[in-house]
Amino acid sequence: MYDDRKYTEENMPKTGILLEVENTELKDINFGLVTAARDTGANEVLAFTTEELGTEAQNDLARYGVSQLIRLRTDSADITSSPDNCAAACVQAAREYGLEYCLGLATAFGRDIFARMAALLDVELAADVLQIDFKAKTAVKSHFSGKTMATVSLQETPGLLTVRPNAISPVEQPATLESSVFQADIQSQAKVAVKEIKTSDDRKMDLTEAPIIITGGRPIGKPENYAMLQECADVLGGAVGASRAAVDAGYAPHSMQVGQTGKTVSPNLYLACGVSGAVQHFAGMKTSKVIVGINKDKDAPIFEKCDYGIVGDMFEVVPALTKALQQEKQG
Amino acid sequence: MQIYVCLKHVPDTAANITLKGQADYEAGAVKFVANPYDEYAVEEAVQLVEKDGSGEVVLVTLGPSEAVTTLRSSLAMGATRGLLVKTDEKFCDSKTTARALHAAILQDGSPDLIFTGKVAVDTEGSQTPYRLARLFDLPVANEVSALAINDGSAVAERELGAGNREVLEMKTPCVIGTTKGLNEPRYPKFPDIMKAKKKEIKELALADLDPALDPRPNLGKLEPVPERSGATMMEGSVEESVAQLIRTLKEGKML
Repeated sequence: MYDDRKYTEENMPKTGILLEVENTELKDINFGLVTAARDTGANEVLAFTTEELGTEAQNDLARYGVSQLIRLRTDSADITSSPDNCAAACVQAAREYGLEYCLGLATAFGRDIFARMAALLDVELAADVLQIDFKAKTAVKSHFSGKTMATVSLQETPGLLTVRPNAISPVEQPATLESSVFQADIQSQAKVAVKEIKTSDDRKMDLTEAPIIITGGRPIGKPENYAMLQECADVLGGAVGASRAAVDAGYAPHSMQVGQTGKTVSPNLYLACGVSGAVQHFAGMKTSKVIVGINKDKDAPIFEKCDYGIVGDMFEVVPALTKALQQEKQG
Repeated sequence: MQIYVCLKHVPDTAANITLKGQADYEAGAVKFVANPYDEYAVEEAVQLVEKDGSGEVVLVTLGPSEAVTTLRSSLAMGATRGLLVKTDEKFCDSKTTARALHAAILQDGSPDLIFTGKVAVDTEGSQTPYRLARLFDLPVANEVSALAINDGSAVAERELGAGNREVLEMKTPCVIGTTKGLNEPRYPKFPDIMKAKKKEIKELALADLDPALDPRPNLGKLEPVPERSGATMMEGSVEESVAQLIRTLKEGKML
């Protein structure tokens, strides 16, 4: 009998994704990327990484719908400390596997590798997209610092896209996963070499990857007071952000800044404490799924633009929130 | 030292964007400025030439005739002169943009360094430095927040997230995309603004630069982002409103 199902699968468009792995751990933000690439089963998903992944990570990838896990290797060039070589290996893999689309995450790593790939291939790159419509060959991304949404067309092959972390929620859709190795044959084209990674002392969750963010504005008053927000973030399983005013006042480092000249984030839940609600701040967080404003001033503009609000002093509200969440956890 | 800085003429980030048609906006109603990230590029270039004691900083812009005002205000930061490649296309695709900037620089001189901002705040594409580097066959680092240039090499730092930083080494000439933290862009003083009025800005038509350059924006639609209609307020004492918030978030499966 003619196997209809098999026929369809063999002709499924292949979408490649570049995984984000840190210290051999697969980051949670990868699963939303798999979901985006899978397109509810219309595409076959091939996941690429330069790292060796354990059984648990492989099972997780299979659960979200990855059918091939391919380790990128090369004997001819260093692909771990050279972003140029890594991009060249990805380009070769895209050709070899006949990928119609290549998707990465819009993180420091993904933005860099995909822009290098776009330059090598001389194709367009849809950067930091929030939605993809494979059928219509379009993607939706922010224009004008989050003030407008642009629909861009994906006309070239391979179509290159980076997806904003957390913008597309992960949905499980099990597949049978096979692992293999792809030996890239590239001449080293390393023009830039990673000399060192300076790690910060406290291993905090990165803002752009956090599913929940609690941000403190200028009324935080001094750097030490962020500990109060950190305590709440720890209970929530999230990260702490800062407004531009707080960063400019020297209360927090720039790496914590959310907004126009800081990070653009898309968490499930964003708690803004003592943030007035400037356009520039909203530019960096308005694609959050739910925004909660906590502000002493009942007339603060933030309340006009968020989902839920509490009028109150953050120095009272946040500890009360932390306490209530802790109590919930305990029983 | 011959440094080129690619500068984009963009709507002020505080401006409201009024959309018109399928994929256009009212440019006349908006104040335009230099792309905020490009200001770090201008400042870094000016400081390097000041330290070097010789050379020039050339600003290169692809944009409409009105971009002259943006070039003038950036020249007031201490840049030497400007090149304006004229196009009326508001959303030039990034491949054409890079080719136009490449052709304009190549025609003008031989770069020791090329700077851009890490991203343009209007189209948010973040790829011009990479495409330029490919066209010039030069090394590139983007999102650079610390930079040291020494005898034919550059050491750049970029943030990786969670406070971690990557240190990159490359040969010069190279292309550097700048971001906040690299320096504090100066506010031009009145005499600098006056001086900038006399600085040379050479205008070129895109088609004259290279007839093959044909901007093809791949923008299908531009829509306003739906604003939230206002917060549902949690009422009562601090404890009560916190309890109500947790309940609401749990119902919405946010916790």
